[in-house]
Amino acid sequence: MQRIGVFVCWCGSNIAGTVDVKAVAAALKNEPGVVFSTDYQYMCSQAGQNLIKDSVREHKLTGIVVCSCSPRMHEVTFRKSAAAAGINPYMVEIANIREQCSWVHKEMPVGTEKAIILGKAAVAKVNLNAPLTPGESPVTKRALVIGGGIAGIQTALDIADAGFKVDIVEKKATIGGKMAQLDKTFPTLDCAACILTPKMVDVAQHDNVRIFSYSDVEEVKGFVGNFTVKIRKRARYVDEEKCTGCGACVEKCPQRKVPNEFNLGMDNRKAIYIPFAQAVPKVATIDPNYCTMLKTGKCGVCSKFCEVGAIDYKQKDQIIEEKYGAIVVATGFNPISMDKFDEYAYSQSKDVITSLEFERLTNAAGPTAGKLLRPSDGKHPEKIVFVQCVGSRCAAHAEKGKEYCSKICCMYTAKHAMLIRDKYPDTEVYVFYIDVRTPGKNFDEFQRRAVEEYGVHYVKGMVGKITPEGDKLKVRASDLIANKQINIDADLVVLAAAIEPDKSARSLATMLTASMDTNDFFTEAHPKLRPVESPTAGVFLSGTCQGPKDIPETVSQAGAAAAKVIGLLAKDKLTGNPCVASSDPLMCNGCSSCERVCPYGAITYEDKEFPGPNRTVKIRRVAVVNPAVCQGCGACTVACPSGAMDLNGFKNMQIMAEVDAICK
Amino acid sequence: MQVKEYKPLIVAFCCNWCSYAGADLAGNNRLSYPAEVKIIKVPCSCRVNPMFILRAFQRGADGVIICGCHPGDCHYTSGNYYTRRRMAALFSMFDYLGIEKERTRVEWVSAAEGAKFAATMNDFVEKVVSLGENKRLEDLRCKK
Amino acid sequence: MQKITTQMLVERATALLNNGTVSAVLGWKKGEYDYDVTPGVFKSAEELSEAFVYGDFSAANLSKYLIKKTDSITGKILVFLKPCDTYSFNQLLTEHRFNRESVYAVGVQCGGMVDIDKIKSIAGDGVLSVDYSSDELVVSTLYNGDVKIEKSRVLAERCVNCKSKKHVAYDELLGESGEEISSGRFDEVERLESMTPDERFAFWQNELSRCIRCNACRDACPACTCEKCVFDNPNSGVENKSPANSFEEQMFHIIRAFHVAGRCTDCGECSRVCPQNIPLHLLNRKFIKDMNDFYGEYQAGAEVGSRAPLVNYTAEDIEPSDVFNRRGEDA
Repeated sequence: MQRIGVFVCWCGSNIAGTVDVKAVAAALKNEPGVVFSTDYQYMCSQAGQNLIKDSVREHKLTGIVVCSCSPRMHEVTFRKSAAAAGINPYMVEIANIREQCSWVHKEMPVGTEKAIILGKAAVAKVNLNAPLTPGESPVTKRALVIGGGIAGIQTALDIADAGFKVDIVEKKATIGGKMAQLDKTFPTLDCAACILTPKMVDVAQHDNVRIFSYSDVEEVKGFVGNFTVKIRKRARYVDEEKCTGCGACVEKCPQRKVPNEFNLGMDNRKAIYIPFAQAVPKVATIDPNYCTMLKTGKCGVCSKFCEVGAIDYKQKDQIIEEKYGAIVVATGFNPISMDKFDEYAYSQSKDVITSLEFERLTNAAGPTAGKLLRPSDGKHPEKIVFVQCVGSRCAAHAEKGKEYCSKICCMYTAKHAMLIRDKYPDTEVYVFYIDVRTPGKNFDEFQRRAVEEYGVHYVKGMVGKITPEGDKLKVRASDLIANKQINIDADLVVLAAAIEPDKSARSLATMLTASMDTNDFFTEAHPKLRPVESPTAGVFLSGTCQGPKDIPETVSQAGAAAAKVIGLLAKDKLTGNPCVASSDPLMCNGCSSCERVCPYGAITYEDKEFPGPNRTVKIRRVAVVNPAVCQGCGACTVACPSGAMDLNGFKNMQIMAEVDAICK
Repeated sequence: MQVKEYKPLIVAFCCNWCSYAGADLAGNNRLSYPAEVKIIKVPCSCRVNPMFILRAFQRGADGVIICGCHPGDCHYTSGNYYTRRRMAALFSMFDYLGIEKERTRVEWVSAAEGAKFAATMNDFVEKVVSLGENKRLEDLRCKK
Repeated sequence: MQKITTQMLVERATALLNNGTVSAVLGWKKGEYDYDVTPGVFKSAEELSEAFVYGDFSAANLSKYLIKKTDSITGKILVFLKPCDTYSFNQLLTEHRFNRESVYAVGVQCGGMVDIDKIKSIAGDGVLSVDYSSDELVVSTLYNGDVKIEKSRVLAERCVNCKSKKHVAYDELLGESGEEISSGRFDEVERLESMTPDERFAFWQNELSRCIRCNACRDACPACTCEKCVFDNPNSGVENKSPANSFEEQMFHIIRAFHVAGRCTDCGECSRVCPQNIPLHLLNRKFIKDMNDFYGEYQAGAEVGSRAPLVNYTAEDIEPSDVFNRRGEDA
């Protein structure tokens, strides 16, 4: 039998104004298990807390009911007082007689009656409370970063600098991501490669960092502090240890008709390739879809010219299993496909390109060595039209495009336009926009410079149709401010394609049991207060996998995610929430209903031995809840037909006791 | 008839993260609703077992309402989706058994919707009052 | 379609026992009369030839017995499964209730089972024997002599509304396996739905008030396989051995139906075994119909490992409040 103390708070006049606190204390005194009942002006004050502590000692209390404000306010306070007085903090229940009673009811008799009932419900619950102790689990002091773009690189560097081991898994042959493909960066116009490639080198040379390039995450098991991850290192048919990146193989490879994805297919590469000069790791990779040797067994040229014998046509995928304490998702973005945007003639004309293709066209290492030439005929374009919001900010149920703003397009288009006007002042540049959105440090100034100093024609209005005619692109658009139709014969059209999360993100989210929004962006644990954490403990978000971002934002979020990871890895043990589910093996049928509804993958099954008749042993499949993973939602408790699954702190019997007390 | 004096008994299961906070906000903003509504805190609406609802009716409740985060906003990502399916099926079964459908309700109330919480409770109580006492799921032994 | 006889099953079972494939046979056992057939375990050719029977009264769904029998018997068990029983068999596999490897499943063709109460209502009491060798049953009775009845007139409710003649699981088949059937099994549910709430309440009060809580429905139900039933568990909060009033009658059947919702294959055992003839299947079918309507067609047990509607969701599911509006529109 419990010895319960009831403490009724006045909250000054907040409660006492509408609730007869003395009457409440007196009424609850007669409830089963209650041995002491009192009231006080401010229970949350130091004096009030001392009153609780003293009463615990004096009356040998085993449970506490505080009738006060919402538990969301002071449950923690009173639990601490209880712990300080030597009783388990989970033996405290709060009856919310302020927010749910004195503040919403005006008449004293009504408020008092309800307060008594709420108090009785709390007493009934405490009678069934049991001491709860949070579980502990160790922390593996190694982090995994999935994705090796600027987000992943920055996160990895920050974690590594704090002294923890980090692995980066990158699916491409090199780290660097989208930023490596960019020419200049807004709003400072420094060259992307100049600021990115030193970071790539830093991360590659860091003692605490390992990079698994050309690799994928295959399987994730475990939970915060204790993930076990299988990484598939795909065969690149080149021994990374031996390859010096000299490029002799690439030079000699006879298969020269492979679309170069780094330049978005605007030129060709070889079947054996190094994506770009500053690739990390700087090793060659054989593309098995194009290599004659791998496809037909006849060639072997690269192997002949490799002085270190690094070519290995028989190389197999390798599975690496590693344990991690934290996982950072940095899977990034891609421009959306332009297939559905036929009105812009993307598929009909080579001279309609996306902005990312434009980056490659103006990049010194790109297909035109940085000269702005039309992809169709290599001529210098004289009239260039930029179209904003292609696939961004579409209607909610439009057949194509995204509802959201891709956020980066306004700025990079201003940058593109400015760069063209700077290098080729003879070109005319038009930008068609819905709105120009340039919040950000020095962003608006930058865009205005494009208009005011560089003479870019910004036209508010959308392009309706683009028709290739001869060597021109007929652009039909509307100017909403002048309220007229515009026709432009352009030489080149650049589409600011919306960005979307990388396709690999969805399957990864399933593996991680991390949630996503309808656009496949990872959702954060709280949109404002926990923006770099996923709701799944131990999984963090870095960069555009969470939502569209520019580079400075990505880097700050990458650092924030790193800080969260460091905070986690710095701990030796994790303390869990003790209000978790647990299954009674004697009643469990092993039917898997609970497992199916658990959003965290906290439930597994084991074959447990039970004594059978005549000293035999029966083996039955029963559910086991991992308390370190369970977050205590209780979905499993209702899915369980036998009632074997129950939730600590909110047990069936506790809730029913509350129901009974309220309905009595 | 004593219809005017009739005070129904309403049990409201509120999830800790959204609806309980919504009820707190109703309190903070002094938005009144009938005192007949008594709230039981559950971690998530998906913790509400049909057995609890039957228990409440048995012990004399006239209406049971379950409040949770809006679909898509569940603190536990999917709890309220299960609530939605379970309660859709259960309430439809109640109706099939001839039990008044206005006695049970599921409502999504966010932590910011104090006004919605109060309005929901006012409306729910009004509907239950118009039905009168729960006779079809009552257990006379539990009545005073 | 050839007629499947007791003899054919006995021969096959004997062969499988003799060649060591199985060590026991789960089948149907003769009773004192033709119509009181019960489930039985047979371990030898003698036992089989003596008591095994397969015919129009071999109604029991044997799949549930596999849970306990695979535990207590070493070696494989042969189980005979009619089409509807195979759904329960799969559902139990989905729930990991027994090892597939411990079972040798023989699907048997089913021509529908008959309902002795329907026979008695035509032939009168004092039924001594029923000859079901042809589709015209010959019922010999104490008071009315031999009465001939067309089988179709006395088919069990669940066979009139048979959902499938298809065996969804078996190691071998005796006779033919058919197809899923679009039956009128939801007609009666719809009829109830179209009543006023008062009429529905009266209907169910009348039905459920007859419940004597013998637990036959629970004990026969292949979905009710809990190690410990909540109604027998003093710690469940709903422990209830016998209903004291209409509330407890309703509570038992609501909770039982909810617990099997999404897992119930609509095998009809609950109604078949109810000594009070309460149409319990109408509760389960209501859940099945609703879930089909709300979340798309789902047949429990159609495949092993499928995810039942109540342990699944989509972001666009119907709101509980719209469940009723929807009916309003339909009506």
